[in-house]
Amino acid sequence: MMIGNDVNVVLPELVLVGAAMAVLMWGVFSKREVGAQALWLISALFIGVGAWIALTGRGTDSAFNGMFINDAFGRFAKITMLWSGAAVLLLSRQYLERTKLMKFEFPVLVALAMVGMMMMVSAGNMMSLYMGLELQSLALYVIAAFNRDSLRSSEAGLKYFVLGAISSGLLLYGMSLVYGYTGALGFVQITDVIAAEGLPLGALFGLVFIVSGMAFKVSAAPFHMWTPDVYEGSPTPVTALFATAPKVAAAAMITRILFDAFGGAIAEWQQILALLALLSMFVGAVAAIGQTNIKRLMAYSSIGHMGFAIMGLAAGTEAGVQNMLIYMVVYVTTNIGVFAFILNMEKDGRAVTDISALSLYSRVAPGRALALMVLMFSLAGIPPLVGFFAKLYVLQAAFAAGLGWLAIAGVIASVISAFYYLRIIKLMYFGEATDALDGKIPMLHMGLLAASAAAMVFGIVNMFGIEGYALSAARALLG
Amino acid sequence: MDNLLSLVTFFPMIGAVVMLVFLRGEDEMAVRNAKWIALGVTIATFLASLAILAQFDPENTDFQMVEEASWIAGLSYKVGVDGISVLFVMLTTLLMPIVIGASWNVDKRVKEYMIAFLVLESLMIGVFVSLDLMLFYVFFEAGLIPMFLIIGIWGGKDRVYASFKFFLYTLFGSVLMLIAMIAMWYDAGTTDIPTLMDHTFSSDAITILGVSIVGGAQTLMFLAFFASFAVKMPMWPVHTWLPDAHVQAPTAGSIILAAILLKMGGYGFLRFSLPMFPVASVHMQDFVFVLSVIAIIYTSLVALVQEDMKKLVAYSSIAHMGFVTMGIFTFNKQGLDGAIFQMISHGFISGALFLGVGVIYDRMHTREISAYGGLAVRMPVYALMFMFFTMANVGLPGTSGFVGEFLTLAGAFQANTWVAAGATTGVILSAAYALWLYRRVAFGDLIKQSLQGIKDVSTRERVLFVPLIAGTLVLGIYPSFVLDLIGPSVDALVSNFNDATAGLMDAAPALASH
Repeated sequence: MMIGNDVNVVLPELVLVGAAMAVLMWGVFSKREVGAQALWLISALFIGVGAWIALTGRGTDSAFNGMFINDAFGRFAKITMLWSGAAVLLLSRQYLERTKLMKFEFPVLVALAMVGMMMMVSAGNMMSLYMGLELQSLALYVIAAFNRDSLRSSEAGLKYFVLGAISSGLLLYGMSLVYGYTGALGFVQITDVIAAEGLPLGALFGLVFIVSGMAFKVSAAPFHMWTPDVYEGSPTPVTALFATAPKVAAAAMITRILFDAFGGAIAEWQQILALLALLSMFVGAVAAIGQTNIKRLMAYSSIGHMGFAIMGLAAGTEAGVQNMLIYMVVYVTTNIGVFAFILNMEKDGRAVTDISALSLYSRVAPGRALALMVLMFSLAGIPPLVGFFAKLYVLQAAFAAGLGWLAIAGVIASVISAFYYLRIIKLMYFGEATDALDGKIPMLHMGLLAASAAAMVFGIVNMFGIEGYALSAARALLG
Repeated sequence: MDNLLSLVTFFPMIGAVVMLVFLRGEDEMAVRNAKWIALGVTIATFLASLAILAQFDPENTDFQMVEEASWIAGLSYKVGVDGISVLFVMLTTLLMPIVIGASWNVDKRVKEYMIAFLVLESLMIGVFVSLDLMLFYVFFEAGLIPMFLIIGIWGGKDRVYASFKFFLYTLFGSVLMLIAMIAMWYDAGTTDIPTLMDHTFSSDAITILGVSIVGGAQTLMFLAFFASFAVKMPMWPVHTWLPDAHVQAPTAGSIILAAILLKMGGYGFLRFSLPMFPVASVHMQDFVFVLSVIAIIYTSLVALVQEDMKKLVAYSSIAHMGFVTMGIFTFNKQGLDGAIFQMISHGFISGALFLGVGVIYDRMHTREISAYGGLAVRMPVYALMFMFFTMANVGLPGTSGFVGEFLTLAGAFQANTWVAAGATTGVILSAAYALWLYRRVAFGDLIKQSLQGIKDVSTRERVLFVPLIAGTLVLGIYPSFVLDLIGPSVDALVSNFNDATAGLMDAAPALASH
């Protein structure tokens, strides 16, 4: 009876694991290459499971003695990850086919990474959290090196693996310290210990290690070094994936562990997060100025944006969590549009990543240039686009939590970062005519690009109602 | 009509969307359609805004025609006008058809050009009607996007540098204001502007890093707003983006920039700084006075040595904006009346001057003053109109320029004699550079070979000048037209200000509000 209840709670994850295994078997035993079909199947499954969670999820359930928690917070993150993952998978088909990388392992690995991410955001125990994290990481290491004939891609995979292993080590060491000093691995038990006797000094050390390990996963400065290289070296669809679902998962995981396990010691970790946010925002803003490769540029952009998301977390309040979630959704939506564009940056059948190729692009493809301009202004946080409101939410939460200095630093960083977003717009609109990129873009890509840009414009009416969902997610965590 | 203000605000944007969606191709037909649609939309907006003026009751000092709806994040969409803002709305809608008319010769990406201007019009009107702090900020900042594109796409040789400087400079000023707005929101629990005007922000001295700050939170918020408005005005020493932006922008962009965008800074002082941070304003009075007088004298001197006509007019604009900031910070009725009047009047005069420069630039493709001379010979009508606006710029009695300068000086005289004396030298200097410019361009013999074939103003250009001449003259001869409209609102502003700062101002008994 008990096991039945437990299985019910993790049913969406089980379905995904089962499907991934089934597709793996199908791919292995099928006589022809089934990559494209597998990709369609897995993306349809992502959308379906996301809708299933959205429609049926109610209240808070926990399973396996608190190892796994299914609450509004987890569901919010899962739906964001599943749907953005589906969008990225759908976007990657043409690119993979062009570069002869369309193998059935790709969707399988993405599905397994997704299960890991879902596990991470639903974990109620250090062990299950670590399991989820490693499942996700191992799958991602492999797809970073998916283009195994390319030196760059292999290098990216290796770098990601080595640095990822170090961060996992940090995390494990931190967990063991916390276990040693509190005697507990379950989040609820840790909270009880902190409530009873405060945070032991040793556990504080553990907390620092845990936060450092996780900062690596969200690519927050000063643990960001891997990001530009991995973004640049990986095949572009993989870069698109890195920029979306895993970022949400890692941010949600940090939130989960900080509030569920260490919610009684906010003052202890607030300063650490504030520092991470400050460094990330400035590293993201300043380091991107010199970049001419659009994938590296997006890498630094993601570092800066994670800084803003962490600023919301650093507030340590319900509003902070709510606004961080809104920020992540907006960021992911924008990135899907931007990568739908980058995936089609091609000249004579070769992928182009240098931004100078965009010179006077608005004459070649006015519609796409307009959409990209909207997305860039949104990333820069210029009103009236949704990106501005995302920033406004976190700034407001940080200010209300007494982090006014961080908010001021944040807006200054956003002015600096506006420079490189403007530079892309400058190239597209003010530039000199050069050899243009090829004019082709698949319908689906155009659709996602246009939808993403339209969302940035029309979202200002009511943010499509995500405010309310994010609020109930934050309540589930802090309530 | 219940939602007249929203209609006027968003009508140009609807026109822009229609053009974006339905207008295809780049042939002659599409270009002509784009121009006529833009002209039609701006004229229709102007006519609709006349209805605002007709409904407006100057005796009522509350906000009128208020519309309110809830919005995201606990903000609200709230618009309304009072005696101060209604005039700026009218100025915007009146100037826009002229701006579109001045752009008739644009030959590059006409459709996008018109869309950018229509969007910009909506955003500018939005700034003046917003009654919610964040709504104001959104309109205020969003205006950067179309202006950035206008300078960057249709500008001159160094347009990229000018557009980046314009954008980043103004953005930097504004984000500090954003933080102050969040602080106000947090402190008062609302972003409703009328409520915030009644809210008293703490002015107890606070100590930050060992430095005691007089006026406390009010001073900090005041400075944050000041950073934004001073850049926008622009005030010395943060004015350096303006000459670059003006020189590189197309004629129509310059008109908009000088006539309306600069006024947002002055409007901001009137709407936020004075009513919401009165104590800090009093503390900062001398500071603003000093900056204003430096701006008036220094930029007038700089204008004297310019060799580029547009740069000269740009520096003259900065000097005239110095009168506005000076007038606002006198905190008395003459000064405030004069400041508002000066802004409206400068909207006509500087718009016309940039239009005048544009007219000869279209013919000769140079703005070098030395490339001209003796234009009065070949272009008598042009010379006459340009002289009229040169005189108005100098502040000749009978033109609106005189009324604005006189009132601000009269107000400043009550507040601080030295400031008034310093600013008055600016009037003399403005006569010097303006008349000298006119002499070099219009008088003398027509000896330049290239000017032999220059044609006088066309009918289209004449039509553009007519409303500007009419406005300048009407306001110059019968200033009550504006003063009656703004009077009650300014009275209310002054009396609220005096109540809020009672006791602080004992040292300055000249604060009469009659």
